[in-house]
Amino acid sequence: MIVLEVLAVVGLGVLAGILSGVFGVGGGVVFVPALTLVLGLSQLAAEATSLLAIIPVALLGTWRQSRAGTVRGRDALLLGAASAITAVAGAVAAEHAPERVLRVGFALLLLATAWQLVRRSLGSKGVSGDPDGG
Amino acid sequence: MPGPHPFPLPAGRPARLVLIGALAGGFSALFGVGGGVVLVPLLVVLLGYDAKVATATSLAAIAITAAVGVAAHGALGNVDWLRAALVGVPAMGGLLIGLAIKDRIGSRALTLAFAGVLVVAALLLVVT
Repeated sequence: MIVLEVLAVVGLGVLAGILSGVFGVGGGVVFVPALTLVLGLSQLAAEATSLLAIIPVALLGTWRQSRAGTVRGRDALLLGAASAITAVAGAVAAEHAPERVLRVGFALLLLATAWQLVRRSLGSKGVSGDPDGG
Repeated sequence: MPGPHPFPLPAGRPARLVLIGALAGGFSALFGVGGGVVLVPLLVVLLGYDAKVATATSLAAIAITAAVGVAAHGALGNVDWLRAALVGVPAMGGLLIGLAIKDRIGSRALTLAFAGVLVVAALLLVVT
């Protein structure tokens, strides 16, 4: 990897983190487009790589939030445990899905996220989004 | 008691949490996102969570979900470990910056602008 690309990735990482903190969306909606559109990874590789990059951000965000008392630990554990089997199934499905289908699916996800942001923004009288919506 | 939903839902809280977690898990690993876009609205609608509690709790769940997804994708050889570290570790610093400046720069116009950027990214992904 050349120096320029390393700088670009690091810069995109910082930007993704800032956007997560300010707008309350998870890193994924920024990581995946950055990895595909800027760094030229395939949709599948970008998605898998994004998942790994999300972990430290989610952990840090959880730690920050838990001090505010807004994390329901037992519920989160149950949610996470319930996700284990379907997450494996999702990874296998992504592995076998055509690149084009993954891309269009992800584009729809971006539109849904944009819609949630707009609704939240218009519904909350100018207050910015909740922190770290994941 | 039948709710306002068009399909039958499990009544107990744990059962609903399992249902929401299962939905989010598949979504997360399929699309490479945490799954907050699924988790947060469902926690609010199905379990009556306050929005702040929903986002914070979903974030904790996401750490677990993403770890499982990475393990699966890693076994399939799809994870670019170096780029993940290069993008993920700086993002931790970015997150702290974002949380610190959120209240100062958080505005409706900015949120709408970001939504616009996401729409553009969606179009680019489909076109390229």
